[in-house]
Amino acid sequence: MTDEHQPCDKCEELLHGYLDRSLTDAEVRIAEEHLDGCGYCRRRYRFEESLRQYIKVSAVERIPSGLLAKLEQLRAADAS
Amino acid sequence: MRFEEEALALADQVYRVARRMVSTREEAEDLVQDTYARAFRSWQSYTPGTNLRAWLLRILTNLNVDRGRRQQRRPDETPLDEGDYYLANRLAEQAGEQALDQDRAVERLSQDTIVNALAGVPHDFRDVVVLVDIGDFSYADAAQILDVPIGTVMSRLHRGRKILRQSLAEEAT
Repeated sequence: MTDEHQPCDKCEELLHGYLDRSLTDAEVRIAEEHLDGCGYCRRRYRFEESLRQYIKVSAVERIPSGLLAKLEQLRAADAS
Repeated sequence: MRFEEEALALADQVYRVARRMVSTREEAEDLVQDTYARAFRSWQSYTPGTNLRAWLLRILTNLNVDRGRRQQRRPDETPLDEGDYYLANRLAEQAGEQALDQDRAVERLSQDTIVNALAGVPHDFRDVVVLVDIGDFSYADAAQILDVPIGTVMSRLHRGRKILRQSLAEEAT
């Protein structure tokens, strides 16, 4: 329930660790037990998960082909 | 596969991390080129079977520091008050709680906004965010690449993510 304020605070603290899979088993259990009953936190976990994906997609810039060609040349020079 | 071929196959992934560590495309290109020049010269110091992508990024990070691009003060360590729900809460205040349920909730933020906000995160924090959240490196790899303890990676990552999300919240609202 969202009006149980304390568990939501704890769940908020565990957000990044949970998504990074860096929590202890005990912490994972705390987070999941809370998420099971709390739509408020569930929405925020899901939002953060899709935000991370969106940040990654937005930030990616492919290597310029000119640069790749230069790197190939470096290798050729190195091999000779 | 020869070392050089293996390294070249990773160039796209190396570039995408480099691109977000520096300000301009030109800087990123120079940095990646210098990285490969050094890597091809010193391939003997690479241990086959270990993480080549991390090894290349370690060279790149050292070169970047050598360039003195960040002779800045110790990073600001003042606490950030807002919790990790801050951005979601701000969007929910604006568009309603149910807006967060939509798959496209994040697309209220433009991709340019994301890139600019990321560029505004101070270097020490940004490097970790870029390595972990864009480069998909583990905490341990990021620690090795940046030559800092793993605890430092975790605290910088947390702070960097927080700074990024707070600035996104300011942009979005």
